[in-house]
Amino acid sequence: MLIIGELINGMYANIAAAIKEHDKKIVQACALEQIACGADALDICCGPASRDPLKDMPWLVEIIQEVTDKPLCLDSSRPQVIQEGLKVAKNTTIINSTTADLEKLEILIPLALKYKSKLIGITINAQGIPANSDQRLELAATIVTRASEMGFSISDLYLDPIVMPVNVAQAQIKDILTVIAEFKMLAQPSPKTIVGLSNISQGAKSRSLINRTFLTMAVASGLDSAILDPKDNELMDTLITAELILNKHIYCDSYLDAYRKE
Amino acid sequence: MLTPLVLEKWSGVISTVTLGVEKDKSRSMVEIGGQSTLPLLFKEGAIPHKPKIAFEIWDIPPVDFDAELISSYGQAMQDPLAWADICVNEYKAELLCLRMQGTHPDFGNKGPQEAAKFVSNLLNKVKVPLIIIGSGDDAKDNLIMPACSQAAQGQRCLIGCATADNYKTLVASVLADGHNIIAESPIDINIAKQLNILISDMGLSLERIVINPTIGALGYGLEYAYSIMERARLAALAGDKTLASPFICFVGQEAWRTKEAKVNPQQGIIWETVTASSLIQSGADLLVMRHPQAIASVGSYIETLFKG
Repeated sequence: MLIIGELINGMYANIAAAIKEHDKKIVQACALEQIACGADALDICCGPASRDPLKDMPWLVEIIQEVTDKPLCLDSSRPQVIQEGLKVAKNTTIINSTTADLEKLEILIPLALKYKSKLIGITINAQGIPANSDQRLELAATIVTRASEMGFSISDLYLDPIVMPVNVAQAQIKDILTVIAEFKMLAQPSPKTIVGLSNISQGAKSRSLINRTFLTMAVASGLDSAILDPKDNELMDTLITAELILNKHIYCDSYLDAYRKE
Repeated sequence: MLTPLVLEKWSGVISTVTLGVEKDKSRSMVEIGGQSTLPLLFKEGAIPHKPKIAFEIWDIPPVDFDAELISSYGQAMQDPLAWADICVNEYKAELLCLRMQGTHPDFGNKGPQEAAKFVSNLLNKVKVPLIIIGSGDDAKDNLIMPACSQAAQGQRCLIGCATADNYKTLVASVLADGHNIIAESPIDINIAKQLNILISDMGLSLERIVINPTIGALGYGLEYAYSIMERARLAALAGDKTLASPFICFVGQEAWRTKEAKVNPQQGIIWETVTASSLIQSGADLLVMRHPQAIASVGSYIETLFKG
């Protein structure tokens, strides 16, 4: 499971302040802390507070690269912001993200190809968020088809079914779990699957419990990657245990430590 | 149309364990491990070192060794240092595995000083790297192995066997004296993994551990050992560092206690040869063997396999 740490995001006050003051220590500490907790990659998002994301994104990439060679997940809805990050990236990158809209795909797939980046495709389009699994599959198929026509390696494509908050769209969650398994059948070799985990508990009270319960179910459906808070220790323990039960690691009494040693 | 070979690409690599020290030119060195693929799949990854064979010797003349084994070494076996000398100089042993059997309460009950003295004498006598193991009596091993480890300080030996119930004393000695350690588990991959973690938690790096998975001879559980070793290797190559250790297999002791070996000495040689050859296929890096003829056959088998 590829664990992408979500905490370098201008949505959080400490990171917003660090971006504003160009205080690299805070961002670097946040990067290292997430890695120590088990993050395999780091999401980087300037967030709404950034006045100039075209400059802030490459700054974040550069200062994080000073302390780690883990993959960086460049998170913006604006392709130009992602491109500015890609230009200075030395680490492996993941573009976060394209929608299923052709005009977005026509820009972001060539960018991914040019910078040898992986790509997250979220199954929404200009019409909005799909209401059922058929619509999600259709949008996923659009992304897979366009990517493969343009020569992008499908095993570097991460499909995101768009997780809805359980207190908003309760009826959809089961569909989302089903579609994770179905995405894998869209091509051979299979595309990867990814979720932005925290969405599931947006606005709810028992956030951590909801997050880890959903994650367990998604892992059982074949989820390959998640953007999450690696500092949530119970969440990480649950994830490691779910993978253990699926025979992805060999059991030993200290399996939690063993995973973290790996 | 030719079907192209499907080659597996692995992310993990088995640690390389070095026996002996480079700066001491008078003594030889042996490296094991370092593979980035399953045994003998030369096209899929690197296999930098061939499996190595260690001659098993004891610190006392052997007790209940088969007559065939005794006759192959002759009178020399009555003097352990002469026995070691024959292994190295006549049979060209690259490695010796010394079992401190004479320290066992039932086999002479030698004390730590005497044990340490034997190790020093052996190091003076032969110049190949040593594997040193206790007699298997936990309480006694905890008394004599620190002395043996200290007597060989700085020689980077391989010292054993740590078990899940008895590892702390041995790990402390190995750490203090700069050796490698054998971690023994009873044909159980979960315990093998757990023990490696326990040892590394004491500060001895995973790169200095060799796993003794415990094997059975042909007809006596060989296939169980095979599947445990295969599973550990698959996990290690997929990235599990806690299982990425080379394997040591005590072939001689297992082959020579089978009834097939006991009824017919020629069969004993065959049993030891076949058990060792099979374990090479399952990933054995170090084979501890007894009969010179079986060792010669397995040695030439290894050469043939590695001709490519």
